Amino acid sequence: MTVGERQAFADAIRHTIIRQSFQAGVGHIGSALSIADLVAAVVAEQDHSREGADRDLLVLSKGHAALALYAALHLEERIDDEAIASFCADGTLLGVHPEHALDGVDFCTGSLGQGLSLATGAALAAKIQRSGRQVYAILSDAELNEGSTWEAVIFAAQQRLDNLTILIDLNGQQALGYTPEVLEITDVAGKLDSFGWSAATVPGHDQEAIGAALAAGHGERPRALVAETTFGYGVSFMESQIKWHYLPLDDGTYATAMAELAERAVAA
Amino acid sequence: MRNDFVDELGALAAVDDRVMLLTGDLGFMVLEDFQARFPERFINCGAAEQNMVGVATGLAEAGMVPFVYSIATFSSLRPYEFIRNGPVLHGLPVRVVGIGGGFEYGHNGVTHFALEDYAVMRAQPAMTTVAPADADQARAALRATADHAHPIYFRIGKLPDPLPGLNGRFQLGRMVTLREGSDGAIVAIGAVAHEAVRAADLLEQQGINVSVGVVSSFNPSPAEDVAELLAEAPAALTVEAHYVNGGLGSFVAETIAEHGLGCRLLRAGVESMPAGEAGSQAFLEDRHELAASHLAERLQRALTTV
Repeated sequence: MTVGERQAFADAIRHTIIRQSFQAGVGHIGSALSIADLVAAVVAEQDHSREGADRDLLVLSKGHAALALYAALHLEERIDDEAIASFCADGTLLGVHPEHALDGVDFCTGSLGQGLSLATGAALAAKIQRSGRQVYAILSDAELNEGSTWEAVIFAAQQRLDNLTILIDLNGQQALGYTPEVLEITDVAGKLDSFGWSAATVPGHDQEAIGAALAAGHGERPRALVAETTFGYGVSFMESQIKWHYLPLDDGTYATAMAELAERAVAA
Repeated sequence: MRNDFVDELGALAAVDDRVMLLTGDLGFMVLEDFQARFPERFINCGAAEQNMVGVATGLAEAGMVPFVYSIATFSSLRPYEFIRNGPVLHGLPVRVVGIGGGFEYGHNGVTHFALEDYAVMRAQPAMTTVAPADADQARAALRATADHAHPIYFRIGKLPDPLPGLNGRFQLGRMVTLREGSDGAIVAIGAVAHEAVRAADLLEQQGINVSVGVVSSFNPSPAEDVAELLAEAPAALTVEAHYVNGGLGSFVAETIAEHGLGCRLLRAGVESMPAGEAGSQAFLEDRHELAASHLAERLQRALTTV
């Protein structure tokens, strides 16, 4: 995908997020909007020619943003219109958090701080099995609160898992507050570097910058992109607003959000 | 038993290249041979049990069969949510190995006493628990479950002596009946089954003949076998190196109730957190009335009052 195509893909993900979360009447919208560009970038990077056990994996460690992943799967036609329309309906496979029984979801997530260990195991398996499989994981700010995330950080560096890439959605907020007011962690990239990772800080809604960072060499080190993102990106009244972690859309906010996304598409 | 278990694991790894051994930085004088034979399939994950289970989940998803090894409290309780959301939720063949159990780490104190591992593992319907009573049964259990597609928790004791009459028998979801007696019954699990057998011997010397059944797995659990054993028994005693709630005693109570049996149940086990007192395994088992003499006396008392 070109940079323009990646941007268009991310915009289409945001469009689906707003449409389906409104239809379902559920929240976690801001978190999903925050990672639309990161999901688009990973999908663009993945080698989709390999299937089965050799496929490239994406672990959505911040499982509460699964709607962004479902949107990407729908746009790629891996799940159909009926499936995406069932988001959060009774009996659906598409709940707020991802369920691995759904084709395209590699691991169930939803409990913060578990996804990086799963991704690390998958990357280690690829080494043992001499597979070219690449493993990507998308983490949230709040997952850096979890001690288990740091267990996995140390382990992945020790095992020299250069086939592992994490994208940290550093939007500066978590469920109940802004990260500096909850558990402040500064210089995330520097910390990861010091643990033996190759870490770069990138603007998290800039496909050119994300693509360049993903193309850069990183030796034998696992790789981290610390993506400086905006929570609720693309819908101005949601951006950086704590309440949009939980609130659902009503008719008025839905219309405003869709109009803003349409304006973005025209501008692009 | 743990040396036999790891030795058997080496034999399994020799014929099955999916088998891996991950340790949480424990296993001195136990794991070295496996490490030397299969260096690529042995990983010291450090003292980071949550990550170890998460990594094992990722490995299993890719087709490996990872065994994660630590002292039972550290491998079962610390990463419990990782076990639940990992191998249990994904239906993957991760093997959680818990070394010790009950008071086997006697002098080390409460942090090292696994007293609720059966309970928490049994609470997960898709998690199998295997608790061998001796080394030969541990080897047999490992062989019998080599291709089990779902996760297993192994509680592996340190006791090397063979349990008289067991002869290495193991069948997943079945109980082994060591002896039959019409006066009452003892049902035991794990290495403490040795005390149960000794208790039956003591009772026999007094002319009281009791059946002895050895349970070695939950999920599947030998409910029908237990119901059959207790069908005519006036009273039964369960014996486990575990809290009295949630493990074998609870399982047998459920079985008696669900089958509508008239058997009175006594549950031997640990009644409360054994804080404030370290000591040898034998001392602590005696203190908590798991030693054979206590077991025999308790059952005898019950049999004379029913």
